[in-house]
Amino acid sequence: MGSILSGAEAVAFARSLPGVDAVGLEARAAGLGTRSIKKESKAHAIDLAIGMIDLTTLEGADTPGKVRTLCAKAVRPDGDAPPVAAVCVYPAMAATAAEALKGSGVKVASVATGFPAGQVPLDVRLADTEAAVAAGADEVDMVVNRGAFLAGDLERVFDEIRAVKAACGEARLKVILETGELVTYDNVRRASHLAMHAGADFIKTSTGKVGVNATLPVTLLMMQAVRDFRAATGVQVGVKPAGGIRTTKDAIKYLVCVNEVLGEDWLSPHWFRFGASSLLNDLLMQRQKLTTGHYSGPDYVTVD
Amino acid sequence: MSEQSKPKRTGSKRAAAPARLRVKKTYKLYVGGKFPRSESGRSYAVTGPDGAELANAALASRKDARDAVAAARKAQRPWAGQTAYLRGQILYRAAEMLEGRAGQFAEELAEATGAEPHAALGTVEAAVDRLVHYAGWTDKVASVLGGANPVAGPYFNHTKPEPLGVVAVVAPQDDPLLGLVEAVAPVVATGNTAVVVASEDRPLPAMSFAEVLATSDLPGGVVNLLSGKVAEIAPHLASHADVNGVDLGGVGDEALAAELEAAAAGTLKVVRRPGAGGSSLDRVRRWVEYKTVWHPAGMAAGVGGGY
Repeated sequence: MGSILSGAEAVAFARSLPGVDAVGLEARAAGLGTRSIKKESKAHAIDLAIGMIDLTTLEGADTPGKVRTLCAKAVRPDGDAPPVAAVCVYPAMAATAAEALKGSGVKVASVATGFPAGQVPLDVRLADTEAAVAAGADEVDMVVNRGAFLAGDLERVFDEIRAVKAACGEARLKVILETGELVTYDNVRRASHLAMHAGADFIKTSTGKVGVNATLPVTLLMMQAVRDFRAATGVQVGVKPAGGIRTTKDAIKYLVCVNEVLGEDWLSPHWFRFGASSLLNDLLMQRQKLTTGHYSGPDYVTVD
Repeated sequence: MSEQSKPKRTGSKRAAAPARLRVKKTYKLYVGGKFPRSESGRSYAVTGPDGAELANAALASRKDARDAVAAARKAQRPWAGQTAYLRGQILYRAAEMLEGRAGQFAEELAEATGAEPHAALGTVEAAVDRLVHYAGWTDKVASVLGGANPVAGPYFNHTKPEPLGVVAVVAPQDDPLLGLVEAVAPVVATGNTAVVVASEDRPLPAMSFAEVLATSDLPGGVVNLLSGKVAEIAPHLASHADVNGVDLGGVGDEALAAELEAAAAGTLKVVRRPGAGGSSLDRVRRWVEYKTVWHPAGMAAGVGGGY
């Protein structure tokens, strides 16, 4: 824990952050999105991106069977493709995932704290977190209290993240800012710093359950926050865009951003993740294209 | 313009108004119900048989072909899920649209092929009739090709033709409109979607035909038309794993046709060889596969069936 700030100090710091130049941010993101990636680099980028995926299923209709199928795919996505970073499930499925992934090196991530809205009492959210960790989750994806954040009660948001972090124990904590509900870039910047000062190991854009999910500009902004945070405190925090990243082209744009904004220190599954499900199939199809020389199709990857 | 720049203007006689400049059509691709330019930004000059330049057409790249396959794949399931009756109505509507613009198509066809205007009009009318013909097939295919099979057991067994999926069509080179209609109509009649490479040297009637399709309630992506080099685009379609059938009718080069057929075999595609003849039913039959279902007859008997 590199932060030495109290809640009040962190809130004061978050409030003192300069506003975001939205036009400049979007132009920068668009510029980084136009890089042309040539074949060899693309092959490397595809494998790196596969290794960074938090393969996710967060549906009411999730069954143990479906989770086990997903885990099998996570461990061995396709031929000699590398395994993904983690499987992300609801707390009720964490034990099933932990059993299926035992010894594989693929982590179990569980959403918690009343995902996706988080609109339940704090003790329920903490119990949710403890249950997920007890069920074998190596990583916990929590949602921030957007209600409190938007009402201006930043200190409460900070304290709650602290409490969840304590409940996580050894598990790494990813803090979902739900940028689609924070409305402005300024809010995203404040929430990023607040979460990092409160002890987040990762900051994550979205739940994937609202209209606006991860976008390149918002992720770029969070990367800048992470970079500034390490420069100020020496603590490295990971970034996880989630929701709406479906194509290899999108994924590579994010990797370009990581490389340009954060540098090689973050170009590893330990520090950068994609929260996605259908992205994996597109990466695998592109991978097959590079191997076989012809375009692949959905008949040649699994139906999830 | 000032008076000085027009020294030839004389007396009080007013200069004749300049002839109106014709608004020329920019021929583009037809992909996913939209008319995009080629992703590559390229185009090529299309000339008539006498060498006169007619227009520029978009020169499609392999990425356009890929996008077209993606559009066709996206459109396939909903299109196959429509009732056969509706598919027939839409094809009939396309015939209506073509009929209404027969004059324009006859002119375009005459320019493209050098045919006599009267003969060109006859070809357009034949294309209209062909569309009506295949519109009729949509709701008859299942009864003609499928049926109930007698089996030695307590089962009701029946076979049903189903669309293959996405079919890539290399349209005939010398017959840019009728040949194209003849190749595409049987593909889409049964619920397949098509990615069509138009005649390389005479693509303009085909690209105008896209406007007919676009105004016939045909869902975007069911037929996608590309203009460009067959040798450049067709190999990517033949090897594309998300394409289920290939019509090589318009591939003139035998070596290329053999190469394409070999590539198609890599992903087990149905192939129609250049010069393959047959009736309209043969053409329809080529782009379907069969599903046979065994129903325990007890269930059928329970609801009043007597098997």
